[in-house]
Amino acid sequence: MTINIIIITALVTSALWTAMTVRLLRSAVGLAITSAILAILMFRLCSPIAAVFELSVCAGLIFAIFISAITVTGRITNEQIVLKKKLRLRRFWLLPVIVIIAAIVLTQIHFHAIFNLPAQPVENNVKIILWNMRHLDLLGQVVILLAGAFGVVILFKEWKND
Amino acid sequence: MLSLFLLLPLLGIIALNLPYKGKKDTVALLYVLLLSVGQAIVVLFHPANFWHMPDFWGRFFHLALYADNLTLVLILSIGIVMSAAVLVAWQTISESKSRLNFINLALVALIGMNGTVLLTDIFSLYVFLEVTAISSFILIAFQRDLNALEGAFKYIVLSALATIMMLSAIAALLLFSGDTSFASVSQAVKNNCCNPIIIFAITLFVCGLFIKGGLVPFHGWLPAAYSAAPAAVSVLLAGIVTKVAGIYVLIRLVRDVFGPVGAINDILMIVGIISIIIGALAALKQDDFKKILAYSSISQVGYIILGLGCGSPLGIAGAIFHLFNHSIFKSLLFVNSAAVEKQTGSTDINKMGGLGAKMPFSNASCLIATFSTAGIPPAAGFWSKLMIIIALWQNGYHAYAAVAILVSVITLAYLLAIQRKVFFGILPDELKNIKEAGIWIVLPAATLAIIIIGVGVFFPFLFNSFLVPVSNFFK
Repeated sequence: MTINIIIITALVTSALWTAMTVRLLRSAVGLAITSAILAILMFRLCSPIAAVFELSVCAGLIFAIFISAITVTGRITNEQIVLKKKLRLRRFWLLPVIVIIAAIVLTQIHFHAIFNLPAQPVENNVKIILWNMRHLDLLGQVVILLAGAFGVVILFKEWKND
Repeated sequence: MLSLFLLLPLLGIIALNLPYKGKKDTVALLYVLLLSVGQAIVVLFHPANFWHMPDFWGRFFHLALYADNLTLVLILSIGIVMSAAVLVAWQTISESKSRLNFINLALVALIGMNGTVLLTDIFSLYVFLEVTAISSFILIAFQRDLNALEGAFKYIVLSALATIMMLSAIAALLLFSGDTSFASVSQAVKNNCCNPIIIFAITLFVCGLFIKGGLVPFHGWLPAAYSAAPAAVSVLLAGIVTKVAGIYVLIRLVRDVFGPVGAINDILMIVGIISIIIGALAALKQDDFKKILAYSSISQVGYIILGLGCGSPLGIAGAIFHLFNHSIFKSLLFVNSAAVEKQTGSTDINKMGGLGAKMPFSNASCLIATFSTAGIPPAAGFWSKLMIIIALWQNGYHAYAAVAILVSVITLAYLLAIQRKVFFGILPDELKNIKEAGIWIVLPAATLAIIIIGVGVFFPFLFNSFLVPVSNFFK
């Protein structure tokens, strides 16, 4: 339980950093880190299918697409960074406050007591899940990766060449 | 042999991207045409060899796919619209490399859409919806101009919101079903129909689908995406992508999986009628050919949702029939806009006039699509709208039926405005040398127009052989 709370705190912190940081590259890295931490949490909460998808699609493919996009953007000056930082802080100062209030409220509500959810049997072996149970999802995942690769080539690589 | 609907496009993508030299774009066009026309043919002629042959590849790859009458309607629509879109792309995209890129992405979209209509698992459904959505984002931004990027960005942001809603809903449903198959989820919903988490999850999922289908008040992305996308992409998006990603999934889940939970039918009716009104009124105010069609799509999808929300077999059959008709007549209207844009270089209807004499095929086919959209006999759209309106009346929704009829008049008004400003009137001097669009635009336009008239004229035969079995599937 304590480890899960630490992981959730790390997750929220990295998500806030992703939203509030000025540089696009740092924001993309922050997103990948957030996804990776979320995947760890999912593994710990016995949801390996979700964890594998989170890790491969969000932390992998989407990060690669963001990095490809960022490589075609221009640099900004230090003065612009300072200005953007001020603007970002002014716009998002409420975000950490909301997250802390939401965390306090959620810890006070006992969902299990209200809804009394049934426990479900869960298959924990990722290999069995992917290769024996979720073939269609795996095929879909392969096609998503293909689509991502086409996107990078068409929208970013060829654009840069033009 | 259902797995071929997924594996053949995938095989095509792999083969087309192997490092060899040659006329890849021509091969790619022929391959995707063969697949999409073949897809329509196996539904229309229903060859026993194909449908009853053991699915060797499906068993080899362990793909659990299923097709019923509703699936067949969608497979047919996907085949027809995909053929039209690739032919329009061939005419409107000149560069060989760009043509190949378009066809690669069209094949990805084909896998996504075929997968969406063939599977029976709510999580796999989400995965294939994402396949369709990702290919659509890239296709919208394909030309990389500012408007296209803005349209794609709006679609990405709202689609991401829909994704979050649907994933959260799947997670909540999984808590009760322990499995994501349609059968398990349906059973779990039946067993816990009054549970607030189940009701919340279904509401969340349905709202996500409203975004994907571009229904009011979640329609913000649709006019920007449809109007900014390249001509062939607009045909694909308006003709079939949003119908599969939003409306088909809504019909399938509401009727086959979720069932009549809570006030879901009332929500569908309200969203449907608001979409019909707002879409039509917004279309009246536009000057851009593609934007008028985009808002018209919102309005026409409203009719489908209204028929679905009505809940009677006639209403549902009408909704599915209108879904098919809408995919045909809206594709045709976007093919016409592609013809006009290609020849004049603009989609601003105020800058045009008198094109009917120069582009007779586009003029005639646009008029046929207009009649079908507004619900004028003998076009196919008349029958589907009639079925929806009769179903509404029979079930006591008299006010809804009256509004649906009134908005059809508005629909006729804004589509006739296109006809008047673009094809009738005096030809401006700068457009005097205009010719009819090329054969690859005229051919799909003529085919789609023949389908509209054919389905309309042979409706009594289709009603018993095609539509009644479709509505029976829900019983």
